[in-house]
Amino acid sequence: MNETTPIAAGRFIGQRMPRKEDPRLLTGRGTFVDDISFPGMLHVAFVRSPIARGKITGIDLSVARGMPGVHAVYTAADLAKIKVTPLSFFLTPSEVEVPLLATDHVAYAGDPVVLIVADDRYLAEDAASVVTVDYEEEDPVVSLADARNGALVHPGTESNVSAAMGLDEDEDGEALLAGAAHLINRTVIHQRISQSPMETRGIVVSKQGAGELLVHITCQSPHMIARYLTIALGMPEYSIRVLAKDVGGSFGLKNTPWREELAVIAAALLLGRPLKWIEDRLENLISANQAREQEMTMRVGFDGQGKLLAARGEYSSNNGAYPQGADANVAVHMFMWAAYKIPYYSFYTQGWYSNTVGLAAYRGPWALESLIREAMLDIAARQLGIDPVEIRRRNLVTLADQPTATTMGIPLEDITPAECLEKLLTVLDIDAFRREQAAARQEGRHLGLGIATYIEPTGSAGSMPVMTGELAQLRVEPTGKVTATMSTHSQGHGTQTTMAQVIADRLGVPYEDVTVFEGDSAHGGFGPGAAGSRQGVIGGGASLKAAGLLQQKVKTLAAHLLNANVEDVSLEGGVIHVAGSPEMTRSLRQIAEIAYGEPARLPPGFEAGLEAQYRYTPPPMTFTSAAHGCIVEVDIETGFVKILRWISSEDCGNVINPAVVEGQIAGGLAQAIGMVLLEEAGYDARGNPIAVTFKDYLLPAISDVPDFEYVHASTPSQSEGGFRGVGEGGAIIGPPTLFNAIADALSPFGEVPLTLPLTPTRLLEVIEGRSMTSVAHAPAPVAPVVTEVAPAPVAAPAPPAAPARVDGLWKMVMASPMGGQEMKGRLATEGTTLTGTLLSDQGNQDFAGSIEGNRLKWEMKVTKPVSLTLKYDLVVEGDSISGKVKMGMFGTAKLTGERLE
Amino acid sequence: MSEHKIEMVLNGHSHRGAAEGRRTLCDYLRQDAGCTGVHVGCEHGVCGACTVRVDGQAVRSCLMLAVQADGCTVTTVEGLAAADGTLHPVQQAMQDEFALQCGFCTPGVVITLATLTDVPEKPSEAALLAAMSGHICRCTGYQGIRRAIRRLAGEATGERA
Repeated sequence: MNETTPIAAGRFIGQRMPRKEDPRLLTGRGTFVDDISFPGMLHVAFVRSPIARGKITGIDLSVARGMPGVHAVYTAADLAKIKVTPLSFFLTPSEVEVPLLATDHVAYAGDPVVLIVADDRYLAEDAASVVTVDYEEEDPVVSLADARNGALVHPGTESNVSAAMGLDEDEDGEALLAGAAHLINRTVIHQRISQSPMETRGIVVSKQGAGELLVHITCQSPHMIARYLTIALGMPEYSIRVLAKDVGGSFGLKNTPWREELAVIAAALLLGRPLKWIEDRLENLISANQAREQEMTMRVGFDGQGKLLAARGEYSSNNGAYPQGADANVAVHMFMWAAYKIPYYSFYTQGWYSNTVGLAAYRGPWALESLIREAMLDIAARQLGIDPVEIRRRNLVTLADQPTATTMGIPLEDITPAECLEKLLTVLDIDAFRREQAAARQEGRHLGLGIATYIEPTGSAGSMPVMTGELAQLRVEPTGKVTATMSTHSQGHGTQTTMAQVIADRLGVPYEDVTVFEGDSAHGGFGPGAAGSRQGVIGGGASLKAAGLLQQKVKTLAAHLLNANVEDVSLEGGVIHVAGSPEMTRSLRQIAEIAYGEPARLPPGFEAGLEAQYRYTPPPMTFTSAAHGCIVEVDIETGFVKILRWISSEDCGNVINPAVVEGQIAGGLAQAIGMVLLEEAGYDARGNPIAVTFKDYLLPAISDVPDFEYVHASTPSQSEGGFRGVGEGGAIIGPPTLFNAIADALSPFGEVPLTLPLTPTRLLEVIEGRSMTSVAHAPAPVAPVVTEVAPAPVAAPAPPAAPARVDGLWKMVMASPMGGQEMKGRLATEGTTLTGTLLSDQGNQDFAGSIEGNRLKWEMKVTKPVSLTLKYDLVVEGDSISGKVKMGMFGTAKLTGERLE
Repeated sequence: MSEHKIEMVLNGHSHRGAAEGRRTLCDYLRQDAGCTGVHVGCEHGVCGACTVRVDGQAVRSCLMLAVQADGCTVTTVEGLAAADGTLHPVQQAMQDEFALQCGFCTPGVVITLATLTDVPEKPSEAALLAAMSGHICRCTGYQGIRRAIRRLAGEATGERA
């Protein structure tokens, strides 16, 4: 069943090579952050808010300060002596001020208020327990419904909307939907998820003399953390070095440091002693940023044959009080229908502040697109009387359709979801299953089959400032062994293994002879780490390129030393051969010793040593495709779901290590099973977290996860080596696959609501046709359309009543995917011609366009964040200006502004 | 807080130390005895990462006090491989079957499976799976762990790929 096609050489690429990380991890010799200590190191504990929202009216630290072993007790006022600016993943300051410790009010249960430093963690927690904080409690804004209708989470903001994009009304789309033969309208409610890496957050900070800050932190890239801290601290007098050898999982949580880690750094700078803070699991479940908690309503129009005509999506996410990225998740919409032929899609997307812990990334942050789309395709198939496979066949983009572009303008050249689906059907006999299903139903057993297809953008580079290429620095050491220093970083990904495979394969040396170093910001070069399924694609490409350069260097030197033609020299298994002259065979070590130690023997102009490096930047997006199939049995007495079979048919290009690839898919699928059936990090009505231990936050155990089967398609990508990313896919395609199987099993009883998790209680409601959910925990009925708190007017096509004064200087804010972009525009009109200049921190740009009444239109090309043509369509009314800007694949952004001159 | 003397046989060597009555065994092993292979994942006995062997039983060292191990024979993950570095059969099976990714939960899994299989009569696959249901792994989806278990139970691996 394994159809892996290794690329040409394939000595190590494409092989199930044993992982280089395993011997140390299996014997307890790994180095995780809590394994680091320094002489004189002290320990940190936090006093946290027990309420979700309130004013701090008093803090009594006197008892804590007097306890033996306590070295410091800091409040926000103390830490304010060190200026730290928390940044988003894009390294931009937050929209709202993010304090390291709560200042005059608390904004969620778990909000850190006081930082204690003591000889050990036991004493620090003792001291934390005797700090008295007085609060004046207020009604919290907990749910999305609260955020829409309740008090402001951050006084001073206009509304609880942290970010918004798209069109809140869309007449063109409404007309298309109204004309559709079949219109399906559903809402999905996705619960809040705790990433729950087995290793919680943690940091050890040591001020090394006056000028150096040494930071050990569990993270997704030490280079990213060093870059982040350099900007967040703004202390040019410090050189910052960040180390993270072994990391116990992350899944998006540890992209950047956040309040607690930054508070510990500030405290270490104040106190001048090395500090350690290791988050305990209670803290992790209440105060580490979380993910998902989304609601989305989708309307999809089909023609009479089940072909997609148009769709409209409205999305909201609960971003908490201090989100790591206050975004509205435009990627949900960018990839919503990317693999499908649909003439029209429009959306409105919003993120909301609330009195809950903030939003962070979680494996496939945009995954809701696949859940709602694939679930609705099955619902449509049932309604139209079409087979679920057939409705996908009628709508998927096939290889024969390409090159093409998605409705949002993303170029597609080699996606294969339709081909993955056909491959899946070669191992999954649907007719046989339907017979088995029918027979089982006769016995009162309810089996179901779920199918889902998707594509995923991987290996992203060059589209955003932090999403760079990756650097491989290679050396053949004087010993003949090979050392690689990589910008990649593993939190379980096994990049020390996969990069060594690629290097050994291309260079021509034994796998055992290659050692990969990563995890130290002082070595190698910048890379953002594991984010967006990128390291295999980009790190693999960098390794290939650098190994090719290094091999050429070895051959050039060997040819010179052996008086041979360079074309006759080869490097195989770490041995240098000259074609036709076996007596000239040399070990790599013999050549390397000369390269480093005998400069007089080198060819003219040859740089001594055997070193090469390459920073590889792949095409902007490399797509991975997949089709999954899953069979379940639902016990209609208990509502329990048993997964009987699960097949992954995926195309992640050339596979470096099938065992690593399958491990990534399986891990993502297990997390998908958790999302669909088990996990929920929610809040009660007062904003108290309801899952604070692993007894309440239910992670999948071995008994919850079936054996997965794999079909690898392996269509080489356009990137170096033909690799495609695979890190997030299981967590994206898994939820709809399992949901569809459960919905199919229970279809005789009715429709399964798109509300996660599908607990036995929720499924029994479907089976027994009654609601058993208590009112307190019932998800609020979702209003199909959001009640806007502060709507901005959208350009109306109606001609103006009176001529408007356009000429002058305008201040404008555009709601872009990276947050509000401020700019000024100087506009001038002559007849129907509009000219102007936009002034922003990106520079000044002139444009020309047209004016009709009070309606202005112009187009501008930009290169940041990617090459785009922005189409402005604005209306001037009095001294205000508003309208929309079409941003290609990013959809449409609103713009508002006012006259300055 | 009162200090108590502790003596134990730790990974085959005699060990002496002292701990406060409230100190957990996991903190003692990690911070006082240098066995940082003992990983603390939840501190409330659910995840299993901190599992160590005490007098032949696999126990959660986060739910046991250091003073309770006084006089006991304790084995951590550091004590399983042979002196020459040869991996314990459980460690070898887990490496061969790609049963770990980040490796944080791994020490506890290894200790539980080693404790159950270091006996003359091999336990059944079902018994090993039941024991494994007390360990949480967030990375692997348990695929490699289940294959390793099938090997350790003396049955063919179920790898389909």
